[in-house]
Amino acid sequence: MKNENLVLIAQFCLHHNVELSFISSLHQFGLINILELGDERYISIDETRAVEKMVRLHYELGINLEGIDAIANLLTQIATLQQELMMTRNKLDTFSPLF
Amino acid sequence: MDHIDYYKLLEIPKSASAAEIKTAYRKLARKHHPDLNPNNKEAEKKFKEINEANEVLSDPEKRKKYDAHGNDWKHAEEFEKARQQQNRPPRNAGQQFAGEDFSDIFGSMFGGAGNQGRQARFRGQDLNAELSLKLSDVYQSQQQTITINGKHIRLTFPAGIENGQVIKIKDHGLPGANGGPNGDLYITFSINNDTKFKRDGKNLYADVDLDLYVAMLGGEVLVDTFNGKVKLKVPPETQAGTKVKLKGKGFPIYKKEKEFGDLFITYQVKLPINLSAKEIELFTELSNIKNEK
Repeated sequence: MKNENLVLIAQFCLHHNVELSFISSLHQFGLINILELGDERYISIDETRAVEKMVRLHYELGINLEGIDAIANLLTQIATLQQELMMTRNKLDTFSPLF
Repeated sequence: MDHIDYYKLLEIPKSASAAEIKTAYRKLARKHHPDLNPNNKEAEKKFKEINEANEVLSDPEKRKKYDAHGNDWKHAEEFEKARQQQNRPPRNAGQQFAGEDFSDIFGSMFGGAGNQGRQARFRGQDLNAELSLKLSDVYQSQQQTITINGKHIRLTFPAGIENGQVIKIKDHGLPGANGGPNGDLYITFSINNDTKFKRDGKNLYADVDLDLYVAMLGGEVLVDTFNGKVKLKVPPETQAGTKVKLKGKGFPIYKKEKEFGDLFITYQVKLPINLSAKEIELFTELSNIKNEK
């Protein structure tokens, strides 16, 4: 992976004013992936959105890591159900009478 | 401006203590937080409102002014400051009240900084847009120029987009902070059917009228498809409601170039009306033959 697609965790923590230990905990919980290149630790730029969401859930709403994990799973389920709902609605529109 | 009752918003009595305000805010924030309510504009609005209420009620000074002046508390504060400025030497510009609406303040920090002193955002805010297209438009890949926040963006949408489908356009959201990446642009499509076909994903459905005599004796019929007419052979004694599948004549499959679904034709047999005397005579004869069997 190219370095430009990675965000230095120390820099991320500085920008968001979060502790390094919080990011490490997310990794230990299997919620994010951390890449180590030399002495530095990085997260993928594609993953920053998810990490930012977890930061907000923790610091703004006081949700612990177990809660964040549960929420992440439920949000995935909601997204799947919303997709199914959209497809079902379209199917219903297709076969409902025109009047 | 309508009166906004911050106490009502936080579902607390006017006598609520600081601890009760904090508890009520946290409870409602957990319920309406946008991260827990993706693509829910109502929740987003509510979250901004309760943030605004909390910002005022959790600050004893602001709460006092709000209790005294209601919605006008901000103006009261400005008025008071203006009066003080008249009586005192000017202060540094940085210390002056910005005069921004709280909603704007929360709008700018929404989703990012929170209220615990974390300020810089790494990634820019995502944007949401809705785009209405006709079904006939999405039969082929479309190039469209859309305007987002005053910027014209030329995009190519692959054929076969579904009604209600959301497409992410990477990096077309608001710019990131401190050199961070831009947010993304999410476009929700509303597809209006301007054709006689019904669509279910990749497949299309249509009714085709069949002349009674063609249905009984067999023949040919011209059928409209999305990209032209097709001649079909109709076998003798075809029943009303018979379905025929035209393979590959359906809708393009999203992001699968040159792959199409199927078109399902349902024959509707049209019975003749305004019969002539001769026709009535012949149908009667046919009926008699049938009854003699």
